[in-house]
Amino acid sequence: MKRIGKQTISFDSPPTILETASIVGPKEAQGPLAKYFDQCLEDEFWGEKTWEKAESKIIKETVNTVISKSGIAASDIDYCFAGDLLNQCISSSFGLRELNIPFFGVFGACSTFVESLCLASVFLDGKAASNVLCATSSHFCSAEKQFRFPLELGNQRPPTSQWTVTGSGAAIVSASGKGPYITAITPGKIVDMGIKDANNMGAAMAPAALDTLITHLQDLDRKPSYYDMIISGDLGYIGKEIVTELAETKGYNIKNNYEDCGVIIFDKEKQDTHSGGSGCACIGTTFSGYFFKQLRNRKLNRILLIATGALTNATTSQQGESIPGIAHAIAIEN
Amino acid sequence: MEFIQSIDWMGILKCFIVGGIICVIGQILIDKTKLTPARILVVFVTTGAILGGLGIYKYLIDFAGAGATVPLLGFGANLAKGAIQEVQTSGLLGAFVGGVKASAGGIAAAVFFGYLASLIAKPKIKKQ
Repeated sequence: MKRIGKQTISFDSPPTILETASIVGPKEAQGPLAKYFDQCLEDEFWGEKTWEKAESKIIKETVNTVISKSGIAASDIDYCFAGDLLNQCISSSFGLRELNIPFFGVFGACSTFVESLCLASVFLDGKAASNVLCATSSHFCSAEKQFRFPLELGNQRPPTSQWTVTGSGAAIVSASGKGPYITAITPGKIVDMGIKDANNMGAAMAPAALDTLITHLQDLDRKPSYYDMIISGDLGYIGKEIVTELAETKGYNIKNNYEDCGVIIFDKEKQDTHSGGSGCACIGTTFSGYFFKQLRNRKLNRILLIATGALTNATTSQQGESIPGIAHAIAIEN
Repeated sequence: MEFIQSIDWMGILKCFIVGGIICVIGQILIDKTKLTPARILVVFVTTGAILGGLGIYKYLIDFAGAGATVPLLGFGANLAKGAIQEVQTSGLLGAFVGGVKASAGGIAAAVFFGYLASLIAKPKIKKQ
């Protein structure tokens, strides 16, 4: 592997995304992508007593699903990178505590899934591992409780707010395989433009997404049209519009091949999610469920996945801090 | 029949309109400002206490009854009213005692019924 340009790493023997799996909650199951997910839950608790326990169960079962789908024995998986939104990443560590695979807890807020894929790729191309598991999860109810207000309070969500996706996405990445390949990664910088509204995460993260996108294209000397699709994680309607407009002012036209997972996972007309979806599982499930299958079926051959994260918590919001954003990108090609 | 005839329809209409307008103000604050619901709550209670303390809010209560007492503004006004009354009967300490004393029924009922509800209900996800 080698560094190219300012931030990008390209791989000599690009790792293969061997298999993915996704489990989603009931609201996502009513959305337009429902048929692509491995399992759709009927209620948010999934038989557990708390939402946190339910989230742990979701990531655990998603990981079990991806392992059994891949045909690789759990003992042949060398490392696991996983993270989520709850304090100390408890969904991942509690959900995966019986997994018996060396575990790295990753926190990149909603960019966690792609951050994990970045780290896994470096491990694989560096010959430190043969198979690596990446997983992430989020849950609407536990996220509302942690970042905004407990649901019992029953307060209203303002129009700019996004809906945290309930679900989990997991992938097994291997050093050898027939693709789709992770050909390059562009880890992003922390970008803070001073947005303070915890109910407008899309706008807070959009500048980070744009920064990573442009850096990636410049580092590799590519045009946006190189990719069949450029996909951001969870900017939602407001953030997507900001990125599209800002990219144009910088001389990059991404109007025709840019989409956001937070926009496509829910139906704007039928499902009132205000500004779209968000959360670790937004890109986690949309990539694992939908885009991976599109790559496999050769309907898409080159995609750039840019996962965005808002690096904030309830305490910093209450103390009036702004929201630092981050975005990590990976190029996936057949 | 007598019961229906005894209903003060005009009073109900006034109550409905005033209570509704107070709620509309709250809705506008949620939709059009960055204020969190918790801050809007504090603004309502404080405004009620000021209007109550200045003796203005009682006219609204006379006009609209429960339409003015049930929303948070009424709670604030009640706090102020209780504090003022207690100062008159038992001196300056009443400013600290009176407000809570006057609204003790509401506070205790909220805790009691909240507890009862928690025994039989489980929190659910929002619809939107």
